[in-house]
Amino acid sequence: MSTTQESFDYSAHIPSNAEKFRQRTLPLLIFAAILVAIPLTGPSRTVYTLMHQMGINIVLALSYNMLLGRAGLLSFGHAVYFGFGGYFAMHAMNWIADGSGIWADFPVFLLPVLGFGAGALAGAVIGWPSCRRAGTTFAMISLGVAELIASGAFMFDSFFGGEQGISGDRMNGPELFGLTLGPISQVYWFIAFWTVVGVVGMYAFTRTPLGKLSEATRDNPQRVQFIGYNPQRVRYLVFIFSGGFAGLAGAMAAVNYEIFTPDAFSLVPSGFILIMAYVGGITYFVGPIFGAILLTYMQSMMSDFTDAWLLYLGVLFISIVMFAPRGLAGIVFGFSAGLRGPRPRAFLITWLTQLAGVALMLIGLIVLVEIAVRWSNGYGEVFAPFGLPLAQANPLSWLLVVAPAIAGVALSRRAARMREAQA
Amino acid sequence: MTSPPALSIRDLSKSFGPARIINGVSLDIAPGERHAIIGPNGAGKSTLFNLISGLYFPTQGSVLLNGQKISGLPPHQINRMGLSRSFQVSNIFTNMTVRENVRCGVLNTMGLGYSFWSNIGANKAAHAKTFEILERCGLSDKANVPASLLPYADQRSLEIAITIAGNPDVILLDEPTAGMSQSETARAVELIAKATEGKTLLIVEHDMGVIFNLADRISVLVYGEILATGTPQEIRGNAEVREAYLGDEALPEELA
Repeated sequence: MSTTQESFDYSAHIPSNAEKFRQRTLPLLIFAAILVAIPLTGPSRTVYTLMHQMGINIVLALSYNMLLGRAGLLSFGHAVYFGFGGYFAMHAMNWIADGSGIWADFPVFLLPVLGFGAGALAGAVIGWPSCRRAGTTFAMISLGVAELIASGAFMFDSFFGGEQGISGDRMNGPELFGLTLGPISQVYWFIAFWTVVGVVGMYAFTRTPLGKLSEATRDNPQRVQFIGYNPQRVRYLVFIFSGGFAGLAGAMAAVNYEIFTPDAFSLVPSGFILIMAYVGGITYFVGPIFGAILLTYMQSMMSDFTDAWLLYLGVLFISIVMFAPRGLAGIVFGFSAGLRGPRPRAFLITWLTQLAGVALMLIGLIVLVEIAVRWSNGYGEVFAPFGLPLAQANPLSWLLVVAPAIAGVALSRRAARMREAQA
Repeated sequence: MTSPPALSIRDLSKSFGPARIINGVSLDIAPGERHAIIGPNGAGKSTLFNLISGLYFPTQGSVLLNGQKISGLPPHQINRMGLSRSFQVSNIFTNMTVRENVRCGVLNTMGLGYSFWSNIGANKAAHAKTFEILERCGLSDKANVPASLLPYADQRSLEIAITIAGNPDVILLDEPTAGMSQSETARAVELIAKATEGKTLLIVEHDMGVIFNLADRISVLVYGEILATGTPQEIRGNAEVREAYLGDEALPEELA
């Protein structure tokens, strides 16, 4: 009996090597290829700055999702590990500049390794008490720890540097790959390299037994005990790795900006990390990458266009939570799955109806917010999209708020009915 | 020298506040024995399982697995010592496929621990073991179905598959056929008999047909105490048991 069972041919039931390559290796190769190709387009300084921030945030958001998406741990203090990684890298950068002892031979390019170590160490210390419980307890402890460290950072000046923080110079020590890290185009290779290392490392982690146990613990911690594992220990180990990758991102930021201030620990960056991961989609590995790219773009570009960009960010976050809990990645993959489904035409029409509905509601919202912001500022400034002045006293303005909003809601409801009919 | 009982429960008691749910239960189960526990609702059957598997600590008394004391140890350690259990309500990893569910169950016996340096997808031994279990539980054609989409009866099979995946010596099954139709129950009994071959089995069940079919011995638990222990025939003939539990319920003669 047992011999026939053991020789059961399971190869048809597991992904073949070709599938593994197409679904796992190929996307990573494409991602790396895009990063290599970007400098060929001759990006401007602004574009470089933006992309460096994106690379840092991609690693950071993915490290956060090791907790939220993969282990079911809601943390409000992830910036703490980013901060420790960054601060330690900052100090190490200054030791390299001093050039005493082993630091004379330590390249700045490898600082993210130290950042990983510092973040992981912070995770090991803070995670010890906080990973005993999941759920609300864990979330509250993470909030408390974040507040504690953020206020502590202003007290211990010799490590955190007080309000002006710690600054350094990355152009010291031995060069690696012939990079002086002086010009921004050289820093790009540093950021690109570590972004790929972070993405590949965290993807590989999901394929290990511990990565799988992390998902099992998220789904059902009780059952994990009865397959012979301690869920607290699983959480703790995942927490250390998550802290490590956050620290790696911190060191990338340290080299990129050459300064770290105690603000890095505050709840604001922690909240931003959470929003990046969630908006991108925490149930997909790539979700946080999408979120990091979009939100970094919004953060640096939209603030040029409007005073109210944080308000739009809030609306985006709430809309995703309420209407698209699988995030941007869920929208993207849902769209491609729908097109490959049994009725692609009907799906596309529904989808476009929904898109038009959302766009119209957005127009109503933008007109409302922009008029309101200018009105409230009281400088007599008038919102004039496409040269059309829309003062608050102008009835046309309010028509442009109400009419698109109503039309948008109507279209969305229509799309919802179409989806129901198709289901 | 005789080998120690596979599972030995000694004067076990559990109180929740003033309520004594389990009251001085003692029971020895020999290696390879299939032992059933029956009793009316609220008799403490699930509490007894939770005490044995480590989910609760006993108020009094002890539990020994192959002669070693396990009461007081956390569940994952008891599991690693060779005792595995299933749950009355399907307790599976809902966001994973059937295959991944069972693979989680085999990790420990593969010696993989909390490993974060090996690729589980490339582990041929883990695949082979996983599919051996799936095949035994009739789930191999559903290997890549998300566990949450399985029909109820298959979820129960998966529950058993995860339970036996770690190759335990002693298996505790908590109402494995609860909520199943008659044909599903028959299949489940067959699966349980096959999956627990050569193992020590302790099973809680309401379906008398299942019990009289599977069990070597039966214990009747009423108000946290064991009323009687014996072979199915002995229990069937026991007047006290009939009165306390079986009542007027006709016993399935054809299964005796």
